[in-house]
Amino acid sequence: MQAARPSTAPANQRSQTMRADVLPPPRRKTDTALPLARGLGWFSIGLGLAELVAPRQLARFIGVTDNTTLIQAMGVREIAAGIGILTQRRPTAWVWARVGGDALDLSLLAAAARQPGSDNTRIAVAAAAVAGVTALDLACSQQLARANWASADSENEGRINVQKTMAVNRPAQELYAYWHNFENLPNFMKHLKSVTTTDARTSHWVAKGPAGSSVEWDAEVTEDRPNELIAWRSTNGDVENSGVVRFVPEPAGRGTIVRVEMKYTPPAGVVGAMVAKLFGEEPEQQVQEDLRRFKRFMETGEIPTIEGQPAGPRGSLYKLLKKGDPA
Amino acid sequence: MKATCWHGAHDVRVENVPDPKILNPRDAIVKITSTAICGSDLHLYDGYIPTMADGDILGHEFMGEIVELGSGVKNLKIGDRVVVPFPIACGNCYFCAKEEYSLCENSNPNAWMAEKMWGHSPSGIFGYSHLVGGYAGGQAEYARVPFADVGPIKIENSGLSDEQVLFLSDIFPTGYMAAENCDIKPDDTVAVWGCGPVGQFAIKSAFMLGAGRVIAIDRFPERLRMAREQVGAETLNYEEFDVLDSLKEMTGGRGPDACIDAVGMEAHSHGMMGTYDKVKQAMRLQSDRPPVLREAIMACRNGGTVSVPGVYGGFIDKMPFGSFMNRSLTIKTGQTHVQRYLRPLLDRIENGEIDPSFVITHRMRLDDAAHGYDIFKNKEENCIKVVMHP
Repeated sequence: MQAARPSTAPANQRSQTMRADVLPPPRRKTDTALPLARGLGWFSIGLGLAELVAPRQLARFIGVTDNTTLIQAMGVREIAAGIGILTQRRPTAWVWARVGGDALDLSLLAAAARQPGSDNTRIAVAAAAVAGVTALDLACSQQLARANWASADSENEGRINVQKTMAVNRPAQELYAYWHNFENLPNFMKHLKSVTTTDARTSHWVAKGPAGSSVEWDAEVTEDRPNELIAWRSTNGDVENSGVVRFVPEPAGRGTIVRVEMKYTPPAGVVGAMVAKLFGEEPEQQVQEDLRRFKRFMETGEIPTIEGQPAGPRGSLYKLLKKGDPA
Repeated sequence: MKATCWHGAHDVRVENVPDPKILNPRDAIVKITSTAICGSDLHLYDGYIPTMADGDILGHEFMGEIVELGSGVKNLKIGDRVVVPFPIACGNCYFCAKEEYSLCENSNPNAWMAEKMWGHSPSGIFGYSHLVGGYAGGQAEYARVPFADVGPIKIENSGLSDEQVLFLSDIFPTGYMAAENCDIKPDDTVAVWGCGPVGQFAIKSAFMLGAGRVIAIDRFPERLRMAREQVGAETLNYEEFDVLDSLKEMTGGRGPDACIDAVGMEAHSHGMMGTYDKVKQAMRLQSDRPPVLREAIMACRNGGTVSVPGVYGGFIDKMPFGSFMNRSLTIKTGQTHVQRYLRPLLDRIENGEIDPSFVITHRMRLDDAAHGYDIFKNKEENCIKVVMHP
């Protein structure tokens, strides 16, 4: 027993260092602007409800002449912005929408002040309040925008970074071997149509683009360590991208941790990605689901599904339920 | 084929739908001979489990005959008579390797949905909302069974009737795991809230595992009678007796060694807290009503175990966590790892230790499923368990 120890200790240490080196560090909460954004979101909803439900009292309170429909329309706008802010993970665009709304409110107040029958002292107080909120909105949206840039590649502005891990209950050699045959990748990467190997290091990739189109690029392997790691980058094509997948053995019985890091420049730059995110296309969630399909296929030999099973007549709610599906 | 479809709260209909097909190599198609309504189906029926969709086929307690096999299923043959466990498990993942089948990492196609709601995803379950896969269930003429090489148990003894083995699919193992989770020592006292079918099997199993006394709590005379006469429990009608006080008196002031909540998220209770929970749940301010869980925690002896086979879906409030922490309680729960219990419990049925069919009060045709749900939900006609035949 005593003699066995020195030989096992270094092995343990080695696997410990490997795991610590290769697993990603915990994700820091960089978005300090988010709590402020949430506050503004709730403020929007509160104000919007007041405008919608009690437009007349509100008009009297801020000293403008009664224009119920206009105030109610402003209420609807506020509520929409509020919901947008509260439901999006990165609500930058919606906070900017608030800034626009503030400007509109201020100009409406200015117009109201010129109308006869308005209480200009009250309007001035209301305008000061709106100006205060505008300052907050501006500060918040700028902070959020900075946070967005920080999560894109800091050296190459416009690139998106994605990083995901998944524990797979199979040996690293087997996972590496399957992945290394790139023509297998469309089996679990849902956005890929095909990958064709052109020679030992190069391949041609075709992915699904928006509205039935496809995007294509050539890629080359930049680093290849058997059973450990494969790195690639695009050489030319529609989407500039690069990445690395690592296969890290876990201690006995826990299989292998697969870690993917990817950088890519979406066709329409960072704005395109932001627009995509606004409509719920989360690159991170996509990579997560691709990895999950990989895990399931490697562990069970199939990918579980309910596509094609029977059901009674479906209502419209079912489509809504399926809409959130990142897979 | 005919199938029982969900169309909203208190609206289930037997409808004609397409027959199921093999979709994956490890699938099988089962022609169903017997299927049951589970107490947990009532949570779907009442509309308290989120992500149910119009047209979903219900049912997770079923058995029948294999009529079609995918190319990957080698251990079953066409014509085999099988009971199908309600959780779907791949047999290959980290959790299946530990025999924690209801935690299978691979069987829920909607894992992303469960991860948003619960942090992580459990296994897929037949006919039990899209959170756990959206799989079509077995209150139908046929069902597709994924990972059929892992789940279904073949019943080779033709001397056993459907009614004797059907409940291996869920409620017998569920009651058994609830008792096993209590870590029962010889002559322990166990209290069981809820004398529905799972409660009955929990009582019976607690005795099998060495309990000296089991005290069963309910308010319906027919259920209390079944607990007394069929499985040998002492009974407590909570409409007549104060439960906490009575349990103390019955155990020398110490409380039961273990408490089992076989009721779950729609527990009924009286008084202010009862009204409070009902209003909050109806307004969707809390998804689940937890009076039984609260009472089980308060009642359990110091250092004892609270075991929860009852289903909960979301969030609860006013949990007496101070009582739980300061008195060193243990809580054990989970969807049942049915696959783990099939063989040993089938053995107990075969050697005559138990005949699970004692819980059945109603037998009907599949076409009458809506009526079955109605009487089971409203405890009419002394309904305790409904078995249907397609």
